[in-house]
Amino acid sequence: MQRGMMANGENATGLILAADGRPLKQSLARALRLQKLRALALIAPLLIFILVTFAAPIADMLFRSVENSIVPDTLPLTVQALADWDETSGEPPGEAVFVALHQDLLAAVAAKAHTRVGSRLNYEKTGLASLLRKTGRRVKRMAEDGNLAAQFAKIHKDWVNPEIWAVIKRFSGNYTSGYFLNSIDTRLGADGIEAKPENERIYIFLFERTLLLSVAITVACLLIGYPVAFLLATLPMRTSNVLMILVLLPFWTSLLVRTSAWKVLLQQQGVINDTLVFLGLIADDARLAMINNQTGTIIAMTHILLPFMILPLYSVMRTIPPSYMRAARSLGATDWTAFWRVYFPQSVPGIGAGAILVFILAIGYYITPELVGGTSGTFISNRIAYHISSSLNWGLAAALGVILLVVVLLLYWLYDKIIGIDNVKLG
Amino acid sequence: MPDRDRAFVVFDGVQKSYDGVSLVVKNLNLEIARGEFLTMLGPSGSGKTTCLMMLAGFEVATHGDISLGGQPINNIPPHRRGIGMVFQNYALFPHMTIAENLAFPLQVRRMGRAEVEEKVQRALEMVQMGGSEFAGRRPAQLSGGQQQRVALARALVFEPDLVLMDEPLGALDKQLREHMQYEIKHLHERLGVTVVYVTHDQSEALTMSDRIAVFNDGVIQQLAPPEDLYERPENAFVAQFIGENNKLDGTVESISGSEARIRLDGAGEIGAMAINCGAAGSRTMLSIRPERVLIAESSAPNRLDGRVVELIYLGDHIRCRMEVAGRDDFVVKIPNSAKHSVLKVGETTPIGWLTDDCRALDAA
Amino acid sequence: MRLRTFLAAGAVVSAAMAGAAQAQDMTIVSWGGAYSASQMNAYHKPYMEMNPGLNIINDESGAEAVAKLRAMAEAGNTTWDVVDVVASDAIRLCDEGLALEIDPDAMLAPAPDGTPASKDFGDFLVTPCFIPQIVYSTTFGYRTDMVGDTPPKDVCAVFDLETYPGKRSLEKRPINNMEWALMCDGVAMEDIYDMLATEEGQARAFAKLDTIKDQVVWWSAGADTPQLLADGEVVIGSTYNGRLFKLIEEDKQPVAMLWDGQVFDLDGWIIPANLSEERKERALHYIRFATDTQRLADQAKYISYGPARASSAPLVGKHATLGIDMAPHMPNEPTNMSNTLLYNYEFWADYRDDIDAKFQTWLAK
Repeated sequence: MQRGMMANGENATGLILAADGRPLKQSLARALRLQKLRALALIAPLLIFILVTFAAPIADMLFRSVENSIVPDTLPLTVQALADWDETSGEPPGEAVFVALHQDLLAAVAAKAHTRVGSRLNYEKTGLASLLRKTGRRVKRMAEDGNLAAQFAKIHKDWVNPEIWAVIKRFSGNYTSGYFLNSIDTRLGADGIEAKPENERIYIFLFERTLLLSVAITVACLLIGYPVAFLLATLPMRTSNVLMILVLLPFWTSLLVRTSAWKVLLQQQGVINDTLVFLGLIADDARLAMINNQTGTIIAMTHILLPFMILPLYSVMRTIPPSYMRAARSLGATDWTAFWRVYFPQSVPGIGAGAILVFILAIGYYITPELVGGTSGTFISNRIAYHISSSLNWGLAAALGVILLVVVLLLYWLYDKIIGIDNVKLG
Repeated sequence: MPDRDRAFVVFDGVQKSYDGVSLVVKNLNLEIARGEFLTMLGPSGSGKTTCLMMLAGFEVATHGDISLGGQPINNIPPHRRGIGMVFQNYALFPHMTIAENLAFPLQVRRMGRAEVEEKVQRALEMVQMGGSEFAGRRPAQLSGGQQQRVALARALVFEPDLVLMDEPLGALDKQLREHMQYEIKHLHERLGVTVVYVTHDQSEALTMSDRIAVFNDGVIQQLAPPEDLYERPENAFVAQFIGENNKLDGTVESISGSEARIRLDGAGEIGAMAINCGAAGSRTMLSIRPERVLIAESSAPNRLDGRVVELIYLGDHIRCRMEVAGRDDFVVKIPNSAKHSVLKVGETTPIGWLTDDCRALDAA
Repeated sequence: MRLRTFLAAGAVVSAAMAGAAQAQDMTIVSWGGAYSASQMNAYHKPYMEMNPGLNIINDESGAEAVAKLRAMAEAGNTTWDVVDVVASDAIRLCDEGLALEIDPDAMLAPAPDGTPASKDFGDFLVTPCFIPQIVYSTTFGYRTDMVGDTPPKDVCAVFDLETYPGKRSLEKRPINNMEWALMCDGVAMEDIYDMLATEEGQARAFAKLDTIKDQVVWWSAGADTPQLLADGEVVIGSTYNGRLFKLIEEDKQPVAMLWDGQVFDLDGWIIPANLSEERKERALHYIRFATDTQRLADQAKYISYGPARASSAPLVGKHATLGIDMAPHMPNEPTNMSNTLLYNYEFWADYRDDIDAKFQTWLAK
């Protein structure tokens, strides 16, 4: 830069100025603002689409895992009156609470909301659904004669059971930890958080199994997919394109058809067992159980997810020039050493991408485990699906979903720490 | 030419076909002496790289034998041949540092750690990369020239007797390429290692080689030291491929001893060296180098008229394109000396050359 | 955080766009397969003939009907007009306020002899939102060629591994299985639900199921057991009686029906709550036609499920293609009803979540 320009462009504080006297940085930002706005406008449709169809529903679903407004909204007076009741007293609450309950139920029945609050509370205490349904049918015929407690007790003796009232009080807030506690096999008892009885602890076990089986599936995909990808990457383009169709073939058949095909193959009276018996490799009464258990889940899921391992591996391997292997061999490395020390490290980004893809897909799969997993091969997602579509306990489904999401993010973070996310290449 | 017993590398009747239909290499016979710098030169598809790959062990000869140091190596895998190789794009392992790249051939030979370090350091110094800042870098962090040096060091670090180079300077810019040519040449002279070098760049070949094998169509057209190749091409392909060449077509009138009388297609009859032109009556191509053409010198024995078509000023010389004997691609280089002749476009001037400088070759 | 307003706004727009074009379309949701076909033949076709210009769209997403209805209601855009659900789901939809309450005598046709609908359906009106259609049962079928000379006579054969070795298939849920377990553990029919309401009773049922646990293939789709029986994968298995009828009478597989211990359940219609007045009227018009005495009897020509009206039973005739008498194949045929249970809706509405958690834990371990 010339001396004269320096003198012009720099003010006393050492800040570089543009020709019009503004600081250069500010000037640059102004010049770039229009460019940025234009870029933003270009991605806006996609951004809005993702926000509306993806981010927002997920946020909404996650919010359900803590939402509990149905109880205070439906039984506002009761909740208020219950504040004064001491749940450790061992006594049912006084008449004032029953008066409030009567008022609340009258309004709730008119709005047909009493059965909904019953369904909600039934998740925490079995019997509340029918208690509220039954009471709702009779609440109009009750008289406000100062003896509502007795009238409620006549409908069902549970209304004078302090335990029932303790549950209502415990779950009377706008937000609840109940669903999350339930998701980790605990519950909110009289003395705070406690473990559920042994015969109801299932979710942690299922989370563990889901992770374990997903790892097994990922490893199986890698072991089978790596040589295939290697072959595809080293063959001439024409041959490999034909073979690639075979790899992609599973995408073209329906998931259910593929899964049914596995049933035909793997069941005890199935093709594989029949063949093994025919060959005399196994006895007729000792046929292998390869379906409706973990083996079935691993086999079928590995098959279904294999392309997701092969494709990123293939696209990374395609970019590794054959001259590296040649160089290694010319430098004195055996075929194995050349592969292990030169080729393999360069294919790691493909392994990372494939493994992450397969693992995350596996962890959320539920159709295949449901169909071929029996009892020992089902995943946490099967329970989530059950609570979404069958039991309608969406709060619990949401809580389980949040935990699954957090586990995946945690593993992703761990991967980043250990291997580095830069080492992931999809192509 | 080295005799067969002393030869270090021998190709004996080697053929190579990829598709079983056509031969890429046709009956190759070549002997390379220990310590020689031999370049395989030719256009792409001429079979030179295939020969190199067969020597390295990455391709298998369809027929014939290759031996190294007296041992047939057809059945020896590449990693046991002990041949260093520099690849076209260097093939430096991107996930290893420079030091690790250089240590690789030593480690696979199970050398001790201290020895490895010492040899790596020495190899880096050998290619002027001894500074401590390079050893820890990745190949991608180096310039093209630096990568080239490292590739060279890696091929030499395990002290092979034979080093193969496959167009190693192709990716460098012109200036760097010329610089590296000298460096490789000096390294070769210092280490005494045998080098087989593949290139399609003739000036590279002329600069560096002890001998050059000119490949075309799977056959060695001529195997000779650089000056022979340029000054005494043995056939039309070599004459055309190496350096700039003027060709004139004609028919052999008579041959007496080493000289022939040629009737040009355009006009006149001139004398030429009978190199590869067949008997009287056969067609021939005459080859005259542009700098050997004499202008307006009455003493020249073979005189023709040339009409100036184009003049290009190139500093040290003036390039003059002329119409001679019916062809308008006849080029004459006029040195820009104090007393050079001044020509004008369109002017007709007598030109000529010494009979020794005009070679009658096959009519390609 | 609430999205409802937003989603509702979107729904209004799309409904407005769709509304004009589909004015005369009515979407009826059912289970698909032979069952939907029977409804098509018995109800939809005659109804569309009587009402030209109306087009019935048969949606086969019955399996997710409850969840989808809830999602549609939350989005403020219910696209379904009539939905076929099992009674327990009707109760839940009614509890959630997602189904229309029905006045049977005003909205449904009386029997030909004038008996009001409420009497004709009787106890089958298990919830105010539910219009019963068929009685079906979950019962067992067994391979006749795998039981030797002693074909099973009662449901407890399922628990008898000595006489009937081999795999058996049960539904992957506690409902029915818990009842059968207690029944075969010596609990009297009338005590079963009192027993199941206690921890001890549940433990007892699980203990009984434990004895066959490693021989059970658990199914979740109605087509599973028929396939398993046809493949010889199981010797005995539970499924819906209509599926077994098809397997035995149409597919001619070596399988026989075990009526003992069958558990009755009801399937019927609901109309989603909050439909527009016009759509509601249309749905009710259809329902009045489709659940009259003759129509319910007609359905039994195509599938072996019993009509839910008492007045329809005498009208049940022969199978439309097989030409066999359908009456003996009805679950509510008196000779098939020596030992039966009726699905206890009240009990399972309360205990479903609780026992299901225990059941899944038991299954997993």
